[in-house]
Amino acid sequence: MDHFLTEEQEMLKELCAQIAREKILPMREELDESGEFPWEIVKVLAESDIYGVYIPEEYGGFGGGAFEMCIATEELSKVCGGISLAFAASALGAYPILLFGSDEQKRKYLPPLAAGEKLAAFALTEANAGSDAGAIETRAELDGDEYVINGTKQWITNGGEADIYSVIVRTKKSAGLRGISALIVEKDTPGLTFGKRENKMGIRASTTRELIFQDCRVPKENLLGREGMGFMVAMRTFDKSRPGVASQAVGIAQGALDEAVRYARHREQFGQPVASFQAIQFMIADMATQIEAARSLVYSAARLVDSGAKDVGKASAMAKVFASDVAMKVTVDAVQILGGYGYMKEYPVEKMMRDAKITQIYEGTNQIQRSIIGSAVIKESAAEERKGK
Amino acid sequence: MSSIEVLEERCVGCELCIKACLYDAIEMRDGIAVIKDNCTLCGACVEPCKFDAIILRQEKREAVELSDYRGVWVVAEQRAGVLHDVSFELLGKGRELAEELSVELSAVLLGSGVEDLAPQLIARGADRVYVVDEPELEHFLDEPYSNVVAELIGRHSPEIVLTGATSMGRSLIPRVAVQVKTGLTADCTGLAIDDKERLLLQTRPAFGGNIMATIICPDFRPQMATVRHKVMSALDADPSRKGEIVREKMDAVLLESKVEYIEFVKDLTQTINIADADIIVSGGRGLGGPENFHLVEELAEAMGGAVGASRAAVDAGWVPYSHQVGQTGKTVQPKLYIACGISGAVQHLAGMQSSKTIVAINKDPDAPIFHAATYGIVGDLFDVLPALTKSLKAEL
Amino acid sequence: MNVLVLIKQVPDTTDVRIDRETNTLIREGVPSIINPFDTYAIEEGLRLRESAGGGTVTVMSMGPPQVEGALREALALGVDDAILLSDRAFAGSDTWATSYTLAAGIRKRGEFDVVLCGKQAIDGDTAQVGPGVAKLLGIPQVAYVRKLTLDGKRCIAERMMEDGSDVLGVPLPALFTVVKEINEPRLPSLKGKMKAKKAEITVWGVSDLEVDDSEIGLDGSPTRVKTIFAPELRTNGIVFQGEVDETVPLLVKELVPILKTEI
Repeated sequence: MDHFLTEEQEMLKELCAQIAREKILPMREELDESGEFPWEIVKVLAESDIYGVYIPEEYGGFGGGAFEMCIATEELSKVCGGISLAFAASALGAYPILLFGSDEQKRKYLPPLAAGEKLAAFALTEANAGSDAGAIETRAELDGDEYVINGTKQWITNGGEADIYSVIVRTKKSAGLRGISALIVEKDTPGLTFGKRENKMGIRASTTRELIFQDCRVPKENLLGREGMGFMVAMRTFDKSRPGVASQAVGIAQGALDEAVRYARHREQFGQPVASFQAIQFMIADMATQIEAARSLVYSAARLVDSGAKDVGKASAMAKVFASDVAMKVTVDAVQILGGYGYMKEYPVEKMMRDAKITQIYEGTNQIQRSIIGSAVIKESAAEERKGK
Repeated sequence: MSSIEVLEERCVGCELCIKACLYDAIEMRDGIAVIKDNCTLCGACVEPCKFDAIILRQEKREAVELSDYRGVWVVAEQRAGVLHDVSFELLGKGRELAEELSVELSAVLLGSGVEDLAPQLIARGADRVYVVDEPELEHFLDEPYSNVVAELIGRHSPEIVLTGATSMGRSLIPRVAVQVKTGLTADCTGLAIDDKERLLLQTRPAFGGNIMATIICPDFRPQMATVRHKVMSALDADPSRKGEIVREKMDAVLLESKVEYIEFVKDLTQTINIADADIIVSGGRGLGGPENFHLVEELAEAMGGAVGASRAAVDAGWVPYSHQVGQTGKTVQPKLYIACGISGAVQHLAGMQSSKTIVAINKDPDAPIFHAATYGIVGDLFDVLPALTKSLKAEL
Repeated sequence: MNVLVLIKQVPDTTDVRIDRETNTLIREGVPSIINPFDTYAIEEGLRLRESAGGGTVTVMSMGPPQVEGALREALALGVDDAILLSDRAFAGSDTWATSYTLAAGIRKRGEFDVVLCGKQAIDGDTAQVGPGVAKLLGIPQVAYVRKLTLDGKRCIAERMMEDGSDVLGVPLPALFTVVKEINEPRLPSLKGKMKAKKAEITVWGVSDLEVDDSEIGLDGSPTRVKTIFAPELRTNGIVFQGEVDETVPLLVKELVPILKTEI
């Protein structure tokens, strides 16, 4: 289907596809097995300017938006949904600075991120605060010109690998969501150490790690926006980044479909390719249709985000929830089409199935997405009623 | 200037020329064939046109005095005092050509302290060996080597010069061809004489072996060609053969080299070169998995052959790339090639189709490999291979 | 350090198939690519510029106008400028006339320290143009280079031979043809691709070059294609069908004399 990409977007897509094919494909199996961070790929992506895709030109980027981010993430994820995160997770960490940073903060942090010389990470989740972001316990107390941070962040993508962390902290004990703020913490700040590296089911080439803050002091200039804006920083960041996760899901699904179709064309049973059986054809038809529907929704949401529209939460959530559910369903079906071979590590579809699962969970579980969508729809209805219809 | 033209009044738009064009250089505009910018004037479209609508005008040009050039030469290759087999193979072919032309066959031998190699060249068919034995020629350096060969060509005017398509030959001889201003055809698989025109017909694969082209060099001399190792057959050495050894002196200036030879580093990580094997047994997708490749290895071992593989088997990770036969692997021309469970894709055929005897073993009687095969067995590999190995072991 | 890289646009020959019915090449859908060996030459040029701490890398090609695509691909990799030698008069060039025309282009381009080529093009596989150009320019050459390092005013080149490597000291200017062992070519960058899209490509025709009309194109080519034909398939092969205990002895009967006499 034609999504009317501009010439520049086509160029970006073509380049990311080339990187995926020539550089990521030969490494994905090994990195999935070892769980090592793909520094070699990071270097390739950096040299190809991919890290700057969503960063404005004045900070050394390509000047694209969420849509360009989606194109890149989708292409990389077609081959490996884990390695693509080394790129996408850095964007997640950079968005708070891009959205709420002062000019000075942007000039300091964005150029090295755009060049891929440094990676970023976003730190919100804690052991007792997942979907309930208001429950975070990591504290930051102002002491003179510095914030002193104490607490532990959990499951931080790019943790330990990234140089720049956007950390959501509690600056007021009792004020609930209003007591939350966002701080930039650099990797080599004393008092910041990295804990357990998680052994995950999927996206294994991506590092997921604890951030441990013990009297970690950062200058108060590192505050993003004002005190108390932390929850807003997180939510706006997610509004921007969710189409990215959604496009990771679309990429994984497309990669699995491509594998399944190729296999079905070549695998012969009862003297003919299994692709000639209607049972398989119908599965392929449904998979392809669902992916295309997901892609269209993701692209629409990304374009809405880039249009500068004020309220994009519902569209972003819809894209994320739909695309990730499609990714899960399609990868399960791809394994089914490959049968016994699909279950074996020799073929990549079982990996794609493992990778797909996380897209339903992180950056807001699909249950949280549905409650965002549900309450937005109900609110809209109420507002219309108020207008007197 | 030579040119090509479509006579519009004759062209009926049948598109036969488009089919014949090797370069996608003809298109139809308003039902008339139009020659595009990427035409190479090869003329492949002229004959297929049933309406004589395509005219290739070739400019007449001044030829050198062809009758001034006589004799067939082989530029011998030696490294560290050892002659390369390809030189013997070229002498074998050169002998044939020289006899057909009723001329002498000469070898050219360059190096330092190499004169005692000359009798070997005579034993393999040379009537004469031109020896240039100078300390400056101890190592292969392009400038002095090409200067010397060009100078010798100038002195003695051979009509044909053959060189091995080795690293050395392929580096040296294009420089010589430019220097003496004549044509050069690389990697010929066939060399023959056109009696009428006294021309060397140089046949070589083009487009990765999917098509063959016969090249001539009508107006310039010598006619120069390179030939790969293992393509031609050497004559058995006959130490009783008589021949003349001619020492040639060179001006010091011809021996100068701007490039300095520093050292030779032997490659210790040399992999098995299947290109050198006389017998190759190759396995393909039909084997089903790496665990069955031993069937191929055992058959190869029984005959003292090497193991090859199709691209499918290599891509699947069953066998290392160094064993791959085909266009993207190695080109091989063994005396005996046995393809086991290989369907015979063009890309594979390109790498082995000039093997002397080809045996195909496949369960699918319609597999294209049977078209290329001298002998074939239709049957299950898992039955045929062990049986074949067993009875060959008993016979040999 | 000014580097000139000679490149060729070729059909991706692994995709070329022959139609056995009509004995013609099936070219439909065969993409044009930069000759793979030339991509290593481009990379080496960029590395030389980097290790010398400055200079330019220029790519040059001879061919029809559509070769521009290959030149733009090279520009996207970080090459500084691109020159296309294109003229109907160049059509039909063999390796001699190609070397002659490229040498004229290089002379017109002027100052250079290093000329780089891939070891051969995958469509012709001749490996002749590089050495031919070197001779016509009157500069030294080293073919099959697997390692190239700058050493003051000269280069140290490792030449890959069948049995190992010759290490050579080469004064500049010089021409090198490179093998794929020499480096790992980089991928283009986004900025490079954008720049390449807009870049101006210099096109020189016959009137721009100092060439003798009788030395270019088909007229300047000593070799001529006499015939082109499809390789013969052996159609008279003997195929044995039946039970293994019948077929195998029949084949062995044929193979044993071959094994005993020919090998």
